[in-house]
Amino acid sequence: MTGPDGSALPTRGPGVLLTVEGLCKRFPLPRGFIGTLTNRPTEAVHAIDGISFELQRGEIMALVGESGCGKTTTALTLMGLLEADEGTIRFNGEDVTHLGRSVEAPRATIAALERQSFRREPSFQPTLTMKDLRRQVQMVFQDPYESLNPRATVFETVAEPLEVHGLAGTRDQLLERVRRALEDAGLHPAEDYLWRRPHELSGGQRQRVVIAGALVLEPILLIADEPVSMLDVSIRAEILNLLDDLRTRRGISVLCITHDLGTAAYFTDRIAVMYLGRIVESGPTQAVLAHPLHPYTRALLSVIPVPNPRLRRKRMILTGETPNPVHLPRGCRFHPRCPIATARCAEADPAWREVTPAHSAACHEAVAPG
Amino acid sequence: MPRAFRPRRLPEVGVPGRGAGMMKPTARWRERLASVVRLFGRNRMGLVGLAMLGLAIGVAVLAPWIAPYDPETTGRVTIDDIYARPSAAHLLGTDDGGKDVLSALVYGARVSLVVGFAASLISMLIGGSVGLIAGFYGGRVGNLMMRLTDIFLVIPDLPLMIVIVAMVGPSLWNIIIVIGILGWTGTARIVRSQALSLKERQFVLRARAIGAGNFHILRRHIFPLVLPLIVTNTVLVISLSILEESTLSFLGLGDPTTLSWGGMLNFAFTRGAISTGAWWALVAPGLGIVWVVLGCTLLGNALEEAFNPRLQSHHLQGEERMIARPAQPGASDA
Amino acid sequence: MSERPTAPPLLDVRDLTTRFITPEGVFHAVEGLSFQLERGESLGLVGESGCGKSTAMLSLLRLLPAAGRIVGGQALLDGTDLFGLDESDMRAVRWHRISMIFQGAMNAFNPVRTVGAQIAEALVFHGLAQDRGEAQPRVDELLEMVGITGARGSQYPHQYSGGMRQRAMIAMALACSPQVVIADEPTTALDVMIQAQILELLERLQRELGLAVILVTHDLSVVAEVCHRVLVMYGGVLAESCEVDGIFNQPLHPYTRRLLAAFPDLSRPEGKLVSIPGYPPRLNALPPGCRFAPRCEEVHERCLQERPKPRQVLPGHWVACHLHEAGAANDRT
Repeated sequence: MTGPDGSALPTRGPGVLLTVEGLCKRFPLPRGFIGTLTNRPTEAVHAIDGISFELQRGEIMALVGESGCGKTTTALTLMGLLEADEGTIRFNGEDVTHLGRSVEAPRATIAALERQSFRREPSFQPTLTMKDLRRQVQMVFQDPYESLNPRATVFETVAEPLEVHGLAGTRDQLLERVRRALEDAGLHPAEDYLWRRPHELSGGQRQRVVIAGALVLEPILLIADEPVSMLDVSIRAEILNLLDDLRTRRGISVLCITHDLGTAAYFTDRIAVMYLGRIVESGPTQAVLAHPLHPYTRALLSVIPVPNPRLRRKRMILTGETPNPVHLPRGCRFHPRCPIATARCAEADPAWREVTPAHSAACHEAVAPG
Repeated sequence: MPRAFRPRRLPEVGVPGRGAGMMKPTARWRERLASVVRLFGRNRMGLVGLAMLGLAIGVAVLAPWIAPYDPETTGRVTIDDIYARPSAAHLLGTDDGGKDVLSALVYGARVSLVVGFAASLISMLIGGSVGLIAGFYGGRVGNLMMRLTDIFLVIPDLPLMIVIVAMVGPSLWNIIIVIGILGWTGTARIVRSQALSLKERQFVLRARAIGAGNFHILRRHIFPLVLPLIVTNTVLVISLSILEESTLSFLGLGDPTTLSWGGMLNFAFTRGAISTGAWWALVAPGLGIVWVVLGCTLLGNALEEAFNPRLQSHHLQGEERMIARPAQPGASDA
Repeated sequence: MSERPTAPPLLDVRDLTTRFITPEGVFHAVEGLSFQLERGESLGLVGESGCGKSTAMLSLLRLLPAAGRIVGGQALLDGTDLFGLDESDMRAVRWHRISMIFQGAMNAFNPVRTVGAQIAEALVFHGLAQDRGEAQPRVDELLEMVGITGARGSQYPHQYSGGMRQRAMIAMALACSPQVVIADEPTTALDVMIQAQILELLERLQRELGLAVILVTHDLSVVAEVCHRVLVMYGGVLAESCEVDGIFNQPLHPYTRRLLAAFPDLSRPEGKLVSIPGYPPRLNALPPGCRFAPRCEEVHERCLQERPKPRQVLPGHWVACHLHEAGAANDRT
């Protein structure tokens, strides 16, 4: 990757930017007093359980799934805010899996994000190399009302990453870079926004400020965790278009994490659908939408509301909600909710296979479209 | 008491105009201060508290000019001067030594306020740091700190204070330090809980994602948001400290070289003010204490509301006055 | 749908005007809003946040924040004006005849009481049962109705998922067998699959119980899935209202059209999303003319000066826009 001085920025262009292989993250559940006494085996939440994917330079990929499927854990692990238990993360060809060893985010934050309870662990100062990675991988959070410090002005928020990385320079240089980031994020004229505080901004503007704060370090990968789900539908388009624009103009790769296939369909190149800590289907957006291979993808597609009453159709509503990732079902983990499950599904975990070129799924029944 | 009218923040109603964003940081600071002052100003009880405390401070600062007599100099005392009733010469009467109670009251304000402010400053420093560290870092150190806090919290303050003061000797500074050291637990607990909830907020996670370290996060994201709480709490701790100083002095553990309100009470109580019916010698310092404590409490509560407007209720109400005009067909204009 | 087509509508709102009077000025949250709701009908109330849709609904229940004032209009429920009732009569309307599922209310359950107990409490409070024991069969019935097995009634809210809490909230709203249920953003914080489950539930309850439902949402596609009629609000006023098909296939108001274009629509994936430039008007500083004029692409001189009144342009299709006055003649009554 880069030296400590950050001089050699990775080149932009075709090629693989991010490779994730067999990534696992478990959160052991507290055993409790009796459990410790009887030495009961520790149970764990299998938040992510062996996911692998590749992200090309300049590509926008969506990681789609319901809450509790592990998509936020994936994002935090990629950010180095959680440490993977197994598997590797390669960024630009370099193994960065354990760079984040020392900077685990506070447990309760993740618990709130994933609505699960986890063990406590101490947090320490990040290492220098992690800082280098941080400059190149930035994150946009779900809730623009929560991810800005209510007391900080827009300028302070956007300038903060530069200060943290010691790149602030003179006051004028800093102001110039902040101004440029704001304009890049679609807030112009930037002067209008510099000294505002979050409560003086609308939801869309706040999300743009968060994006500007991520852009100011000129990252090459942006991880966006539900970037629009808290926004009014009328504003969503502008944020999605902005992300798309950043890819086109600056070659930034975007990993977009969302529960809404409809949103993902609009601006991503590739979609990976997650269910219970695994990727169950992945392929080019158009292929996934036109010929979903996995029954879970089909169900997700069928429940997306279509803004046209003439196209009201039979929804394929799955009963219940994503099962508890502590006791995973035997065989295919989707089979208890699957409308087409067979006896085999309850026995054997389906292998990941490429059904048509670049379009893969983990389902016994997946067949290439006729 | 009819509730004072307070405006409520409405659900998002469009975006503030450009004007607000154009201001320079200094102007914005002034504006923010102005908004706190405005919110505070709406709270009449807070203004009353501020006035009460202000008056007490004014009296303490200007004591030499206000007090009709110098409490240090002792003139000739005749039997008539002892516990003399309030008169033109002695507006609040005299005490057992024939000295003017009003003058003692005015000078006593100095002692009580100095003890109150200094002790609560110590409490704030200890409580604030303990709370921040315990809340933000958590883990073993944080737990240890909170257990320590719990121990301080369960030990009855007064007996411990009496023991310590008896051991180290009752000088003014000893009393300040003892009160300060024993009075920080409340602040620590409040600050800790605030820090605990703040560190789980998404903007702290965002700071981590940027690559910020703990110290940066503490300085930029936790401390500024905890500060108003510390300030508010300090005002309330001042009143507690004054009460504690009065208690110690009343029990005869006050600094013998200075006469605080508690000391005045002690002298009056032990030297027969009650049996001689000299109520003024008891009521004057008592009212002084109540005055300052009440002022601090009112001010503290008002500050709490001004810093944290969310404390104001947002409850939906179903009142008849909601319908401003009886509905008539076609009554409204487009 | 009703047996007698000439019967008056269940709920007839005329010229509802609600303002917030604050030191920062008067906020014209709802201005001259009129609509009808038939028995068993499902009406979608659509608009961006801050457009007054929630305020309009709270006005119907006469539950406003303290600065809110209903300054004009009528809300006739079966011919009785809700704004003319005294507070005790109004209490007999709330929950018993019109109930509301508040936005985010699924997180409003008391965490230390079981869900069943809380519903039973509501039944006792509204005088539908003497004590909790007597309420129990009804609690089971209500939970059953929303797809929660009776046994789970004795569980605590934290043992419920978000979707289940929302179901329980709906059960609570149905406790007094109301005629009208107002659901304010009932699916906003939920995953798509859970959203579909909740919408399906609302549809089924409406069919089975003959409920009239007002669905308040910012999401046009949700409305397209479940509603019969749609009312689009902008800046506190009605922009357009008609049968659901008309809104999506023959939108007349420029705002409705822009709103539709801003929507991800899987049925036409080639279209690019176009957001609406600018921001909704500040309700304490409204433009003199049409409230949408500053953001409108088809704005005329007249739009900046004169407020358009809602007119029936096509049968059952009301639009408040100067561009659509062709059918105005039908409206001059």
